[in-house]
Amino acid sequence: MMGMTINAEIIDDGVTAEIFDKVFDYFNYIDQKFSPFKDDSEISQINHGLIKPDDYSEDMKTVLRLCAEVKQKTNGYFDIVSRDGSLNPSGLVKGWAIYNASQIVKNSGCKNFYVDAGGDIQAYGLNAEKQPWRVGIRNPFEPEQIVKVLGISDRGLATSGTYIRGQHIYDPHNKDKQLSEIVSLTVIGPDVYEADCLATAAFAMGGDGIGYIEKQKCFEGYQIDKDAQALMTSGFNKFVIS
Amino acid sequence: MKKSLITFLLVLTFAVYIVYYRLLSSSDTGVIPITPEAPVPTNNTQNIPPAPAPTTTLTAPSTQTMPPKTMPPVKMPMRALYRDGQYAGVSADAYYGNVQVKAIISGGRITDVQFLDHPQDQRTSQRINDYAMPILISEAIQVQSANVDIVSGATDTSGAFRQSLASALAQAKN
Repeated sequence: MMGMTINAEIIDDGVTAEIFDKVFDYFNYIDQKFSPFKDDSEISQINHGLIKPDDYSEDMKTVLRLCAEVKQKTNGYFDIVSRDGSLNPSGLVKGWAIYNASQIVKNSGCKNFYVDAGGDIQAYGLNAEKQPWRVGIRNPFEPEQIVKVLGISDRGLATSGTYIRGQHIYDPHNKDKQLSEIVSLTVIGPDVYEADCLATAAFAMGGDGIGYIEKQKCFEGYQIDKDAQALMTSGFNKFVIS
Repeated sequence: MKKSLITFLLVLTFAVYIVYYRLLSSSDTGVIPITPEAPVPTNNTQNIPPAPAPTTTLTAPSTQTMPPKTMPPVKMPMRALYRDGQYAGVSADAYYGNVQVKAIISGGRITDVQFLDHPQDQRTSQRINDYAMPILISEAIQVQSANVDIVSGATDTSGAFRQSLASALAQAKN
């Protein structure tokens, strides 16, 4: 979906291929609608001026409305308008779609599973070893390495970062400023949709982001700066295995 | 209802500090004293040693240390406002617990204020204390075992995807 690998694992008995099909069909649907890489996706057509706001699909209207709400809540730090002026709601769509896909699985009766797209995760229940799902935070400087192992259950987790692709998140209040201080910011919250929004917005705040996360109830964060120093919120340790 | 109680406790806590600073005849900073836990690290600070194993409860502080005060030079001799010694205040009800402080007078001035008692037992007051004085924990990143179910990092394949798509489209151009 939108260039990202999808992973899903379901532990429950009675899981069927059909459930996985539904999940991947859903992600295909999302890709067709929201992918900035597809010239014929709805979002690309909107950016080419080919669709009037009244004619946007229901899901598009929902997403754009959610984006406006999150922008307001984060004092403008979450902003889907790209530097070139086009709309790119991918930052919100990702978490939103993963969460929706997880609900598809949940509604099929499964209790122990996760859905992951591009490293953003919604995880429920326990893994095959009957332990919380083990999530590794990638080393921003050595992508093959893990620098933190977390135990996640009934939570969403999202990581914002710049190290792979270069700068793709910028400070909407200061569009020319290079955000190089923080290279990775992981947020854990009740669901991946909110975690993703918060990770994106907080990342755009640079060094102030982790303080912003600390102030949010029910969210914890782990940031890594360009000097390989990490800073975590006061409740983050309850998720840490190593 | 809850908000006003939290406000009351915070007001009381700050009131203690305000009283302390007012009574101090000269003070060069308005620095809020830190908790007995590890100091709040900021991104601008470079040499923070790794924090000790963080705890989730506030331990009963035996001392509430204040940052050292440097007295600016006085032009006229100051009349001593207080008698030297240590004085414990009454135990005041802060609803979520009691607050009691001890003032230490030296050279006629307040040189220290220590908590003899503060709300710390109940989970509610614990949360209030945490909220009022958030503590971020710092550490150097360390490589861990890669035995995990899922990996999270920045969107990892998008760069490669874009690159590959770009090259495919370049080939497809007439």
